[in-house]
Amino acid sequence: MLDRRDFVRQLLADRGDLLVVCGLGSATWDVAAAGDHPLNFYLWGAMGGAAMIGLGLALARPDRRVAVVTGDGDMLMGMGSLATIGVKEPNNLAVVMLNNARYGETGMQPSHTHAGIDLAATARACRFKHARTISRIEEAADVRALLHAGDGPIFVNAVIKPEDVPRVLPLRDGHAIKQRFIAALSSDLAR
Amino acid sequence: MHSPSNIETSWPDAIHAHFRRVGIRQVGYVPDAGHSRLITLCRDDPTIADVVLTTEEEGVGLVAGAALGGQRAALLMQSSGVGNCVNMFSLLRNCGFGCLVLVTMRGEFGEFNPWQVPMGAITGQVMRLCGFLTYRVDSADAVDEIVGAGCDMAFDGNLQIAILLSQRLIGRKQWTR
Repeated sequence: MLDRRDFVRQLLADRGDLLVVCGLGSATWDVAAAGDHPLNFYLWGAMGGAAMIGLGLALARPDRRVAVVTGDGDMLMGMGSLATIGVKEPNNLAVVMLNNARYGETGMQPSHTHAGIDLAATARACRFKHARTISRIEEAADVRALLHAGDGPIFVNAVIKPEDVPRVLPLRDGHAIKQRFIAALSSDLAR
Repeated sequence: MHSPSNIETSWPDAIHAHFRRVGIRQVGYVPDAGHSRLITLCRDDPTIADVVLTTEEEGVGLVAGAALGGQRAALLMQSSGVGNCVNMFSLLRNCGFGCLVLVTMRGEFGEFNPWQVPMGAITGQVMRLCGFLTYRVDSADAVDEIVGAGCDMAFDGNLQIAILLSQRLIGRKQWTR
């Protein structure tokens, strides 16, 4: 099983022009711990919504790669969005699910994935071009390469250790997070 | 059939024209009889990405993502779908995403299905509680003006705008048993 902080850090190393949407809770803390960036859209709520924000962004910016980094709880609540993404087949979208099989923010209660529900199989059935499960840190480089150049949509079920790690809290004000993201992306445009 | 000269049936064309005018590039929807003509117009429009949703709350995320990427998006849903969105609407409020939601009403004029009534009866109140400026259209000749104003408020004013298209406008004859 993966160390979540180590995995996300490797995933986002030398991220180039990658756009990142973070699912609420631990995924947001993990992405923040890997290094704050204006092209991170941190969620502190809207559970179940991360993958769809990724889809709207990927459709709006087909010239950029979009990575959604989220947890299994968020993904379970938005399972239908895997079908919605499958219909649109965005080539530039990847969903990386940090799967500790727990609801970390509420006391580590077991999730459906703990009972063996396989969301990589769901993604495959929803026409994701790549849908894989990883649990070894040696595979992080492959996943990172997929994010930057793989044929999307991509789904990665990253099995992580069910451990509590210190919270790393990024910006909390939604307006600020949004405006910073939009400003950074539009200044990229002007370049 | 739909004749463009007949405003009673061509009001969706007026909505689509406003989508074009303000540059809406993504439209999220769950298939709906009342919105069927508008959905077809959007699907046939190469400037619009139509995104069919499994549940309306997905559309809220879509709108936010589109805005992050610099695009405008609209949502089409039935009154029953409003209830599915409530927590996800907090994304719009927290971040100040402009949003236009066009709601076809059920559970009112000429409704034959009592199961549509509880949600239809509270749809406007729910939208207001969720922070939407909410307008209602009862006649076809008012669609152009109200939807036009709604588009401008949503995208120039960065406001959350809901427009309820009444069941009388949509026409109960479309609801077949």
